[in-house]
Amino acid sequence: MVKVCILRTAGTNCDVETAFAFEQEGAVSDLVHINEILSNRRSLNDYQILAIPGGFTYGDDIAAGKLLANEIRYLLWEEIQEFVHRGNLVIGICNGFQVLVKAGLLPECDGHQIATLAWNDSGKFEDRWVYLKTAGGNNSPWLRDLPEIIYLPVAHGEGKFVTDEETLEQLDGKNQIAFQYVDKEGNLAGYPFNPNGSLRNIAGITDPSGHILGLMPHPERFIHKTQHPRWTREEIDVPHGKLIFKNAISYFK
Amino acid sequence: MKVYKIEVFYRQEKSDPFGSSLIRDVQDLGISGVEDIRVEQVYYLKTSLDVGTVENITTTLFVDPVVCDYRISIFGETSNSSPSGCVEIEVTYNPGVMDPWEESIVKAIRDLGYKKEVYAKTAKKYLITGKLTTAEIEIIKDKLLINKVIQQEVNEDFHPFPQPPSYKFKLNTIDIINANDDELKKLSIEGQLFLNLNEMRAIKNYFQKLGRSPTDCELETLAQTWSEHCKHKTFRGDVEYIELEGENGKSVKKLEFKNLLKETIMKVTKELNKPWCVSVFQDNSGVIEFDDRYNICFKVETHNHPSAIEPYGGANTGIGGVIRDPLGTGLGAKPVLNTDVFCFAPPDFPYEDIPPGVLHPKRIMKGVVAGVRDYGNKMGIPTVNGAICFHPDYLGNPLVYCGNVGIMPKDCSFKKVSPGDLVVLVGGRTGRDGIHGATFSSYELSHTSEEISSQSVQIGNPITEKKLVDALLKARQQKLYSAITDCGGGGLSSAVGEMGEETGVRVELDKVPLKYQGLSYTEIWISEAQERMILAVPPHNFQRLQKVFREEDVELTIIGEFTDDRRLRLYYEGNLVCDLDMQFLHHGLPRTVRKAVWKKTSHPQPEIEEKRDYTRDLLLLLSTYNIASKEWVIRQYDHEVQGGSVIKPLVGIENDGPGDASVVRPVLNSKKGIAVGNGINPLYGIIDPYWMAGACIDEAIRQLVAVGCNPERIALLDNFCWADTDREEVLGELVRCAIGCYDFAKAYGTPFISGKDSLNNEFHYQDRRIAIPPTLLISSLGVIDDVEKCVTMDFKWDGNLIYIIGETWNELGGSQYYYWLYKKLGGNLPRTRPDMGKKVFQAIYEGIQKGYIISCHDLSEGGLAVALAEMCFAGGLGASVFLNEVPCVNRLKDYEILFSESNSRFLIEVNKNKKDEIEKIFNEYKVPYGLIGCTDTTSQLVIYGSGGNQIITADIYKLKQAWQSSLNW
Repeated sequence: MVKVCILRTAGTNCDVETAFAFEQEGAVSDLVHINEILSNRRSLNDYQILAIPGGFTYGDDIAAGKLLANEIRYLLWEEIQEFVHRGNLVIGICNGFQVLVKAGLLPECDGHQIATLAWNDSGKFEDRWVYLKTAGGNNSPWLRDLPEIIYLPVAHGEGKFVTDEETLEQLDGKNQIAFQYVDKEGNLAGYPFNPNGSLRNIAGITDPSGHILGLMPHPERFIHKTQHPRWTREEIDVPHGKLIFKNAISYFK
Repeated sequence: MKVYKIEVFYRQEKSDPFGSSLIRDVQDLGISGVEDIRVEQVYYLKTSLDVGTVENITTTLFVDPVVCDYRISIFGETSNSSPSGCVEIEVTYNPGVMDPWEESIVKAIRDLGYKKEVYAKTAKKYLITGKLTTAEIEIIKDKLLINKVIQQEVNEDFHPFPQPPSYKFKLNTIDIINANDDELKKLSIEGQLFLNLNEMRAIKNYFQKLGRSPTDCELETLAQTWSEHCKHKTFRGDVEYIELEGENGKSVKKLEFKNLLKETIMKVTKELNKPWCVSVFQDNSGVIEFDDRYNICFKVETHNHPSAIEPYGGANTGIGGVIRDPLGTGLGAKPVLNTDVFCFAPPDFPYEDIPPGVLHPKRIMKGVVAGVRDYGNKMGIPTVNGAICFHPDYLGNPLVYCGNVGIMPKDCSFKKVSPGDLVVLVGGRTGRDGIHGATFSSYELSHTSEEISSQSVQIGNPITEKKLVDALLKARQQKLYSAITDCGGGGLSSAVGEMGEETGVRVELDKVPLKYQGLSYTEIWISEAQERMILAVPPHNFQRLQKVFREEDVELTIIGEFTDDRRLRLYYEGNLVCDLDMQFLHHGLPRTVRKAVWKKTSHPQPEIEEKRDYTRDLLLLLSTYNIASKEWVIRQYDHEVQGGSVIKPLVGIENDGPGDASVVRPVLNSKKGIAVGNGINPLYGIIDPYWMAGACIDEAIRQLVAVGCNPERIALLDNFCWADTDREEVLGELVRCAIGCYDFAKAYGTPFISGKDSLNNEFHYQDRRIAIPPTLLISSLGVIDDVEKCVTMDFKWDGNLIYIIGETWNELGGSQYYYWLYKKLGGNLPRTRPDMGKKVFQAIYEGIQKGYIISCHDLSEGGLAVALAEMCFAGGLGASVFLNEVPCVNRLKDYEILFSESNSRFLIEVNKNKKDEIEKIFNEYKVPYGLIGCTDTTSQLVIYGSGGNQIITADIYKLKQAWQSSLNW
C-alpha cells in the first residue's frame, strides 16, 4: 500500500481534499503536522509520497510559504534530502509549490532559492480555471500520459513564476517545465489565461529527476466531474486532476 | 538591546504590483500628477543580536533573493535611506493594534536557531514620485494610506517599541446607590454603558438592597449583558403596534406583543414543527439535519459599525466572528462555507458630498471585500454566495452581513455544562482591542465615533482561528469537553456569563493570558479580542485536551470553574471584583413597552411614455450597480477550497454568468449537497416592509429551487438591519416586516432556524440624519439529495424551448427599472402569493429532478428582460422571445412585462423533444406558463412586443459588456 504524508502546519487548508484525492487512487494518506516530525513522533521514512498542500501557512506572513520553507530548509533538510534520494515522490500544490521553491527544493534540489512566486501582476488574489499545456518531453512520474491540454483551477495571490533568463533556459532545456498557462487552443496567452503574469507562462515545474513536482493550480479540486465549472453543460470524460494522483500511485506499483 | 530597521523593496527593474494598483486609486481621487509609487516593507527588530546576524536573518527570511533588495539601519541613527526626489510616507499600526506578522517573525527567527529575545514590529513605506501639492499629499494619506483609527504615520516622535503601561490593582466602585436620575444618565453616557434610565434605576435598586455600591466590573457586566447587541431588547420586548391608514390616519389595526421575536419569527418554526429541525433559536446557530450521520448549522451576523470606521478590520472580524458561531454550536461544527452580503452607497458618490467622519463608499467597499477575502481564504473556507446592494442612504452606515455554514456529527449537536467543569479559555490572547464593541454597536454613529470608539475596532488573525478550529475538531472527536461557546460581543463577560447561567461560575481574571501588560481586571473581562473560545472541560479530561492543543500550537488556559451556586464571581489576584446573582444578571432587565406605528407613505409613480425600442433601457439596466456583474469581488474569494464545489457563483460557457444559488458537497464521498441563497431588497423596504419580507423570502427560496433544491427542505435565517427603533415609525416598519416574515415563511412551510438584528443604523452630523432603509436579509439553506441533478442558469443548446413559469403582474414599484431609469419608487411593489408560489416551486423541482429542465433562472431585479439577457450571454447563445406568450394578469404594457419584478417566476430551457413531458407537469400543478421562444446561434437577443414588432434587438456580447463594465475595477 502506498503511503502519503500530507504535511500540514498552522494555516494549511487543502490537506483534507488532497488526502482524499490520493485515497481515491488507493493510497493511504496521513495528515501529519510538522511538529510531529520535528519532535520525532512521526518520520518521513514511513512514506513514499510527500505532499505539501495548499493554504496560507503561517498566514503567508512576510511572503507566501516562506516560514514553512525555512522550517524545511533549516530544520528538516537532511530528512527531506534522504527522502528524495530514496526515489520517493514529492508534490507541492499552490502554497506547497511556493514552499518548495523558497526552500530550494525546486528547480534544483540543492537548497538554493533561484526562483520565486511573486505577487500576481494584478496585485490581488484570484480564483479561476486555467488551461495548461503539459510538457511533452518531461519523463516525470507525475506527468505520464497526461492529455496535451488540461483544465484546473488556480486560487492564489502570489503565483507569478519569476527567475533569471539563464534558469529559464535551463528549465526549458532540461524539460523541467511541467505546465504552462495557455488559451483554449493551446497557445501561450496573456491575462486572464496566464492569471498572474508568470514568465514563459510557467504554472508548474519539476526538478531534473522529475520526482519533485510543484504547481500553482489545484489538481485535487478536479477529481470529480461536478467540480468542473461547466459540468452542467459539457460532457466531462475524465477529471484531469485525478490523473496526476493516479500517476503517482501507479509509479509505486 | 538595539532596534534595527530593515527595509525590503522590489528591485527597481521589477514591477511593484501594489504600487501600480495604488496609482489607480490615487487617480480615482482626481489627482493626476503621480508618476510612480513604490511600496517598501519595513521591519523593526529589537534584539541584542549583532548587525551581522541581523543581516543574515534579513537575507534568509525577509528578502526574496529573486526580486527584492534591502537596507538595514539602526533605529535613531541617520541613514542613507531611500532614493531622493520622492515623497516618503511610512505607516504603521497604532500601539496595541494586532499585527499578525509580529508573532510569525519571532517564530521564524527562533526556527533559524537564534534563541535570544527578539521583538518585532512592521510598517509600510510609500515612495511617491510626481508633481504633487502638499494638499494633495495630505488627501492621499487621509483617503488611501492611513486610517487613524488603527494606523499612524511614522514621524520624529515615533518609537517602534514604546514602554507598555503598567497596571497595579485597585478596586473601583461606582457610587450609584446615591445617584439621582440625572447622575444615572451621566454615568451611563460617560462610562459608555449605553443603558437607559430605567435600566440604570433597576441596577441602583439591586445594589441598594445589597447595601453596597457596584464595582466597575459589575456595572460593565450588566451593561454588556443587557446591551441591545446581546439581549435584543427591542425584538424580545413588549411592543404596542398600530397601523394607520388614509389622510387622517385612522387606526386600522392594533396589536400587542409580549415578545415580538417569539410571536412572529420563532412562531413559524414552532407551528411548522419540521422533523429535520434539530436545534433552533437556542444555540449559537440554527441546526438542521443533513443526512444519517451529520447535521448542518447556519448563522449570519452583521458587523456594520466597525466596518464603517475601519472597513478591512471590521469585515475581517465580522467573518471571523461568524465562523465561531457554528464552531460554538453544540460541541462545535466544522466550517464548510461562507456567505457575505453588503450594502453600500454608490461607489461614484461625489467626494465633496461626503460628511466629516465618513469614508468614501468605494474605499469602504474595497476594504470590506479585502477583509472578507483575507479571512475566509486564509481559513480555507469557500465563500460561495452573496449579494451587494447600493443605495445612497448607506453612506454613513454600510451593512456587512457575514454568514457561515458548519457540519457536525449528529451526536455533537448539543452541549451541557456541569458544576465542577473547568472554564478553559482557548485561542488568541487578550488585549485592549474591542473594548465596548457590544455596547458601541447598540448606539448610533456620528462624526466623533471614530474618536470615541476606536478601541472597539480590531483586526483579525485568521491563522490563529484556523489553528483553533484544527485543535477543536480533534478534541471534539475525542469528546474532551462538554460545552463550548465563542467569545463575541461582550468578550468573556458574555461568553462565560451565558455558559454559567444555569450553574454559576467562578473566574480568576489574572489567569487570562494577555498580549501585553497593563490591562485592568475589567478590561480583561470585557475585551473583545478575537479568536477566543470558552470550553467547559471535565477535570479528568484536561491533560488529554492540553496535549491536543499543544500539538497544534494553540494556547489553552484554565481560568476558573463552573459552580452550583448560580452566582457570577470574579477574582483578580485573590480579590473579589464581581459578585452577581445570575437571576438578576440574566432576568433583571426591566421590560420597556415600546410604541410602534406604521403608516403607509405614498411614493409617486413615474410617468413613462411607451417606447418602440427598449434595447437601450435594457443595456442601461444591466450596467446599474445592483444588477451589474460582481465578478471583481467573487474572483477574489476562494470559492473552491475544501473541494466540495458543485455549482459555483459564476457559471456558463465562459464561467462568468450570474448563478442563482451555490451548491457544495460537504462530505466528499457523498452525493448530498448544501445549497445557499439569499433575498434582499431595500427598495421594497422603503415602500412597505411587509411586502419586502414576502419578496425576500420568495427570492431566497426561489434561488435554491432554481438549482434543483427541494422546496420542502429549505430553512431560513432572518437578519434585520434597521434605523433607530426608538422612533415609533421606525419600530413600526420593523414590526410590520416581522409580521410579513411570519405570514410568508409559514405559508411556504420554510422554518426560521436562526436570526439576528442590528438596530440604530443611523448617522448624525450637523443637524442632519442619514437613516438606512429598512433592510431585511433572508438567507436560505437547503439540502440536495443528489447534486448531479442540479442545473445552472446559462442557456445550453440552440433550438431549445424557453418557458416562463408564474404570473406577471404590473408590479414595478421599487423595481430597478423605476429606480435607476426614472429615479422614482412608485407604490405598486410586487406582492407575494404563496398559494401560487408553492405550486410553481414544486413544478420546477419536479421538472429538474426528472431531467426535463436543463437551465433555470429565477426572475428578480430587472425582471424578465434582465433574466433573459443573463441566460443568453452566460450561455453564449441568442434567443427569440415573444411577449404575447407571457402569462400576465390584466393587459400589460410591453415595458411592464419586460421589467416588472413579480415574485415566484422562473425562466427555463427545455429540450424540444421534452415539450409534452414538461407541459404535463405544469398542467398537473396548475401553474401558469408560457412557451415564449427558443434559443438560437445568432448571438442576438430579439424580443417581440405585444404588437408583434421587435422591441429589443441586442447583440449578446454587447449586453454582457454592459453588465460587466461598471464594477470591473
